Amino acid sequence: MKLYDFIWLVPLFPLLGAVFNGFVSNRRGLSKTTTQSVALLGAGLAWIYGWAAVIQWFFTEDHTRAYSVTAFTWITGGNLTIAGGSTAAVDIAASFQVDPLSAVMVGFVTFVGFLIHLYSVGYMHGEPDRDYARYFAYLNLFMFAMLTLITGSNLPVLFVGWEGVGLCSYLLIGFYFEKDWCAAAGKKAFIVNRIGDFGFLLAIFFAFYYFGTLEFQGLFDAMAGDHGGHYATAATIIGLLLFVGAIGKSAQIPLFVWLPDAMAGPTPVSALIHAATMVTAGVYMVARCNYFYQMSPTAMLTVAVIGGVTAVFAATIGLVQNDIKKVLAYSTVSQLGYMFLAAGVGAYVVAIFHVVTHAFFKACLFLGSGSVIHACGGEQDMRKMGGLKKYMPTTYWTFLVATIAIAGIFPFAGFFSKDEILAKVFAAGYGDLNHHGGVYYLLWSLAVIGAVLTAFYMFRLVFMTFHGEFRGGEEAEHHLHESPWTMTLPLQILGVLSIVGGFIGVPGFLWGHPEHNLIDRFLEPVVLHMDHGGHAGAHPGLGLELGLIALSLAAAGFGIWMAYRFYFVDREFVRAGKLAERFPFAYKLLLNKYWIDELYAATFVKGTVKLADLLWEIDARVIDGAVNGARHVTVGSSWLSGIFDLRVVDGLVNLVGRFYDVASLQFRRLQVGFAQGYAMVMVFGAALLLGIFFVVNL
Amino acid sequence: MDFLVVNFAEILFYCLAVLTVAGGIGVLVFKSPVHAALSLLFTFVMVAALFLLLHAELLGAVQVLVYGGGIMVLFLFVIMLVNVKTLAPEQAFLSRLAPLAVVAGVLLGVLIAFALIFGVLVSGHGDGTALRTVGGAEIGNTEAIGAVLYTTYLVPFEIVSVVLLVAMIGAIVFGRRSAGLEIEGGGGES
Amino acid sequence: MIDATHYVVLSLILFCLGLIGVMVRRNFITVLMSLELMFNAVNLNLIAFSFRLSDLAGQVLAIFVITVAAAEAAIGLGLIIALVRLKDTVALDEADVMRG
Repeated sequence: MKLYDFIWLVPLFPLLGAVFNGFVSNRRGLSKTTTQSVALLGAGLAWIYGWAAVIQWFFTEDHTRAYSVTAFTWITGGNLTIAGGSTAAVDIAASFQVDPLSAVMVGFVTFVGFLIHLYSVGYMHGEPDRDYARYFAYLNLFMFAMLTLITGSNLPVLFVGWEGVGLCSYLLIGFYFEKDWCAAAGKKAFIVNRIGDFGFLLAIFFAFYYFGTLEFQGLFDAMAGDHGGHYATAATIIGLLLFVGAIGKSAQIPLFVWLPDAMAGPTPVSALIHAATMVTAGVYMVARCNYFYQMSPTAMLTVAVIGGVTAVFAATIGLVQNDIKKVLAYSTVSQLGYMFLAAGVGAYVVAIFHVVTHAFFKACLFLGSGSVIHACGGEQDMRKMGGLKKYMPTTYWTFLVATIAIAGIFPFAGFFSKDEILAKVFAAGYGDLNHHGGVYYLLWSLAVIGAVLTAFYMFRLVFMTFHGEFRGGEEAEHHLHESPWTMTLPLQILGVLSIVGGFIGVPGFLWGHPEHNLIDRFLEPVVLHMDHGGHAGAHPGLGLELGLIALSLAAAGFGIWMAYRFYFVDREFVRAGKLAERFPFAYKLLLNKYWIDELYAATFVKGTVKLADLLWEIDARVIDGAVNGARHVTVGSSWLSGIFDLRVVDGLVNLVGRFYDVASLQFRRLQVGFAQGYAMVMVFGAALLLGIFFVVNL
Repeated sequence: MDFLVVNFAEILFYCLAVLTVAGGIGVLVFKSPVHAALSLLFTFVMVAALFLLLHAELLGAVQVLVYGGGIMVLFLFVIMLVNVKTLAPEQAFLSRLAPLAVVAGVLLGVLIAFALIFGVLVSGHGDGTALRTVGGAEIGNTEAIGAVLYTTYLVPFEIVSVVLLVAMIGAIVFGRRSAGLEIEGGGGES
Repeated sequence: MIDATHYVVLSLILFCLGLIGVMVRRNFITVLMSLELMFNAVNLNLIAFSFRLSDLAGQVLAIFVITVAAAEAAIGLGLIIALVRLKDTVALDEADVMRG
């Protein structure tokens, strides 16, 4: 049996779990044991089945083409006229596919998702039964949506998953909806995402307009068969619009504002949605639709610039945040920036590689922070932590491993992916990609700065949280404890993966064996290969490559050393405080996140409110006035019309009634109930028709 | 005599035509239902003869058997059954409607005749052998109809059998001394 | 040979006689007889055209018409019986319950 013929079962399992927990467990208030069993079963079956199917697919099918399975016909529309005047049938199936990209995504999403379900069992056990059921229903629903997103074989199915994860994100961020700020954060995430989705929808429409199909394989073939560059305009339009969607979902400038606020949700949610899986959907989508970008230098450059700028921009904000989850949130935004930077230089495979390693260490970091917050009784301010190393060693060691990984120290997972991104960006500048070499050099230098900042803020986080003395007071110190096994086990697994996860993408070309880079070779067929102008064939020499690696290691080391000086040696953070005093504006700028939220509030939000006020004014003055005026007129006229009604209208109505009464008397006579009379009328009618026939035809 | 031999078919047709129309007029004008029925029987037989002239031997036979044998006997049975309640001869026609109805009928006939005159229909005559031939072999009208009826027209043929069944059940239901019918009518006042 | 038009005209005359009979006779039984006359006219027409066009389909259709005519006669006579039972008459103009 081909397991991957039923790949749609992978999203279906969590959906069933969500339905049970949402409609039965939540309504009836079933016990936590039942709820968590169903939820774990849903996620676990998806994991096991997904892996089994993917592995079977790996050994039996051709990797160069997507293996597509249609579950059912979804939308059957008529024919539409598309570009070039031909018609295409709107025939959209709920079809799912397995190809290298989907396989990788299914592989880590189901696995990380399951671990986070497991972790949630420990983390959420304090909630009331019903909330517990609600939480797991949302979490399973999220798994369903995310798996639909990554296994869908056409844009509409991907969009269903896309909207689904957006919805679940909203539901989970606003999980504690009794608190205003949580509900507001949920709404913010949803609305900001919607802005991006708008672009995505337009992209889908344009894709259909230009290509007449929405299947990925069909689009790929259309682009691969286009040697004359006919689709260059279409690719630019669709690529940029898709990227608008990706910006919203993956929290890039200028739509990144929702992600830090999204930390209002429970911490496992932050780990699952806002680090490991959902936010990478944008990267996945760009990698999936790489053929549009490959065809369009403009779109590529846009992606790269936005990614590179976001990487540094978010990292600078992360430098000064004191909320442990906020730091991680900005770190996520920054890392997503790296992924888009990679995608923007055509290294989609590397972007996905970083997605995978990032999923491991960022999930580990978030779950570690959750463990810390759990221990500190909900406290998230790092200034009130410190010295936790001796109370929770497992959390500390896993957290440290993940931190080293994200900082990019050899041989941890982050080193391989991040270093490859830097190398690719440098190569793009070196090879003068699309004749934008200068811009790519600039982006590379930004990325290196970002690497320094990343190492700095992450180690700042570690030092402030786990080293030094506990600053949270006597009372809280008594409650410090290591978390239960359901929480530490995922941490340990993810910690190990943060160490070894990078070996799937070792830079084999350094010793002349590029095929040693397993993920690169595996994902190769997904990307549409194109000649990008410039001297694209030119690769930096081996010496230069080694130099770059050394440079990125040095950047990370420098960041760590700075953090060590400011936050480890200096227990009271005096020097950091002095630095802030010396540059008060810069400090405030970063602390307040460049006032982006305030800027948006002052422009878009306030603009909307103003507009609404204006409309309300118009409503109150003009429309209400008109309505009231109309009321007076109506009252007056209705009095008149009452009289009119009684005399004239009733009279007329009665007249009409009388008329029909009299007239129908004549017609009644026709209705004699006499069969032969009817027969005669029929004969006359037939004669009349014949007569008309003659008059017309002769 | 030559005239008679050469134009035998024509003479026969005109004789039969006149007799057919005479029978039809008889059906129309005889006041007694029994006379009308006998006139109708006469017309049926004449029409059967016309069928023979048209090389429809089977239909001619069926006409005599079904109409002359079956349907006429049925009519006579019913006439006898309701004989006691027959209308008086002077009530045979609808005095008020009759003139107008005759006008209507004649008008329609004239109009259709006009259609004929203006060449809506094609004159001429065909080949009688084709009506006896199936698959190139000349076998006879009855076999030819059978061959067509049980192959090409098998489905309508079967459906017509269902029509007959329905008619039979309907006739039985109407003919039954049903309590429901009698209560409904209430004895004839209106 | 006789021109097909002759048969058609004869059929037309027969049809109109039947039609007038249906309209003017008061006795339900004679009305039914006139109706049979009309059926015969139709059959004659069909067979005339069958001959004219050398096509057996007309004759087959005539067989169906005869079948339906037989069915109609059975139902019609059943109705006469029912009418006599209900109204004690065979006069069709007295069956006018539907008068407006």
